[in-house]
Amino acid sequence: MPFELGGETFTSRLILGTGGAANLHVLEQAIRASGTELVTVALRRVGTAPGSTGGLLELLDRCGVRLLPNTAGCHTATEAVKVARLARDAFDTDWVKLEVIGDERTLLPDGVELLRAAEELVADGFTVLPYTSDDPVLARRLADVGCAAVMPAGSPIGSGLGVGNPHHIRLIRQGVDVPVILDAGIGTASDAALAMELGCDGVLLASAVTRAADPVAMATAMRYAVEAGRLAAGAGRIERRFHALASTPDEGRPEL
Amino acid sequence: MELTVNGAGRSVPAGASVADLVGDIVPHPRGVAVAVNGEVVPRTGWPTRALRDGDRVEVLTAAQGG
Repeated sequence: MPFELGGETFTSRLILGTGGAANLHVLEQAIRASGTELVTVALRRVGTAPGSTGGLLELLDRCGVRLLPNTAGCHTATEAVKVARLARDAFDTDWVKLEVIGDERTLLPDGVELLRAAEELVADGFTVLPYTSDDPVLARRLADVGCAAVMPAGSPIGSGLGVGNPHHIRLIRQGVDVPVILDAGIGTASDAALAMELGCDGVLLASAVTRAADPVAMATAMRYAVEAGRLAAGAGRIERRFHALASTPDEGRPEL
Repeated sequence: MELTVNGAGRSVPAGASVADLVGDIVPHPRGVAVAVNGEVVPRTGWPTRALRDGDRVEVLTAAQGG
């Protein structure tokens, strides 16, 4: 089933971050293997950070993916709003993955600044996809101010710890009418599948693929994990039981 | 005149515009954005935005990031 996000329709529910890839060649192969149609990029000084020496935008063109600029590294609403506006000017897109970091060790978002920036950018016509914590109340507030989705962290960025609080992710899914995208903390395919089984509409990940020993194999795994989790979520899983329930019938058992 | 461009000192001729500076730094300014003294200068304003001595200029582009 297609995935509606910000008024656009996607086939893939996997959003891939480009950070952490060893080089553009591996990145391109991973993007293609993942089947993603939406890929994040950062805005950095020309010729400094990886990818900023040229070739990244051309690569994304070749892959036919839509670009999602982020505001990574911003610590205040003022700064994040400026970066979003610079990204809009640079990339001709009003989509933004809004990040406002509140803590250096965990890179968890600053909810107060995040909400402020989201409000300002929505008013300025942006399609705002905020990276948020797994707080159901903050997620609802972000949806209420007009964000096109909410993107709760499963666990800290780059940690690979998976979905730390599945209960909250479920509560977020129940509490908002916009897509919920699990963003950050995914370590391996089962984490992505779990996020989808919890009811998430999509998964955004970077490090799990780009820093894997074999990024292309992991990108393929993530593609199937997101699809499998989505299918399972809609398939009506069996109830958990304390004791066994035989699947083979007792009727007709031979007496020997 | 003396500017600070992406954190480093840089001399440009008097009267240079943002467009002149960007043209010196990147041959094809696709995917580039500019801020002067912390304020966004939209692409359409680059040719007419004159730089002044001491301006702090950020010339930014796409980089890998999650």
